[in-house]
Amino acid sequence: MSFQQWSALVKEGFNVTSFVATYFCFLHVTNTYLFTHAWVYGPSMLPTFSVTGNLVLAERVSTRLGKVGRGDVVLIRSPQNPRKVVTKRLVGMEGDKITYVVDPKNSDRRETIVVPKGHVWIEGDNIYATSDSRKFGPVPYGLLHGRVFCK
Amino acid sequence: MGTQNFLWNVAKKYFTFGIIGLTISDRYASILPVRGSSMSPTFNPHGGSLTDDYVLVEKLCLEKYKFSVGDVVVFRSPSDYKEKHIKRITALPGDWIRTPYSNDILTIPEGHCWVVGDNSASSLDSRSFGPIPLGLVQGRATHIVWPPQRMGKVDRKIELEGLGF
Repeated sequence: MSFQQWSALVKEGFNVTSFVATYFCFLHVTNTYLFTHAWVYGPSMLPTFSVTGNLVLAERVSTRLGKVGRGDVVLIRSPQNPRKVVTKRLVGMEGDKITYVVDPKNSDRRETIVVPKGHVWIEGDNIYATSDSRKFGPVPYGLLHGRVFCK
Repeated sequence: MGTQNFLWNVAKKYFTFGIIGLTISDRYASILPVRGSSMSPTFNPHGGSLTDDYVLVEKLCLEKYKFSVGDVVVFRSPSDYKEKHIKRITALPGDWIRTPYSNDILTIPEGHCWVVGDNSASSLDSRSFGPIPLGLVQGRATHIVWPPQRMGKVDRKIELEGLGF
């Protein structure tokens, strides 16, 4: 191949690479700061979400700005496994007094707790089959990942 | 018309570079200043000096969340998600820790870690707020990049006296 052809090929390769890289960066910024999608499955949020799975859209602006509130369905990084992002409902903000049933399958015993500063209380809609704040306690707000707004 | 086109092109260039820079800083590495003296003498050895140390914080560790005891990490504070702190990990899930003030033995729950500042006399760390979820970690500090006389790798220091039996 002549030098002309070679340099044209290199230039073409560079253009394609830089286009792909820019597209990738654009995708990353959108996913991290604007909105993202998630595949929600499992029984912990019945009847809101089905067992076999729902595709949801979550926005990432309100968690960053501190604007999520009680009743929102949120994506949150699991405090037991940082590589997993789980879906639960935000039930209590910092300072709230939460009364919850500790083990609904076996007893009616309730406990009351005040959510500490900087933490939130999350619960799955299906209290019989969920691992949530009733098991691992209030979670720091910094673990919140996004707020689900569409399924 | 020509100026408008020119301005639009400049804005596009800045926007593109901004997005690329943001992605690199989020996914690969960024440079952050260290404030306070809770990590003396590793960072900011002379508490009240005029310049803070700047460290290179790598974000590649956030793919697998695989940390080792002795890593210096940046994490969001569990009591205020807007604040970021930098401390050293001294225990990982399953390790046993002897709490300093009550002589209890504490097991680190799964998915959490115990962080302590090198300057334990003036450091707000896990001894006050308990183990933190690994999900709060935002990166690992690997090198000091400023000031030039202290440039170099951040060593992984393992303190044996804090660990359990």
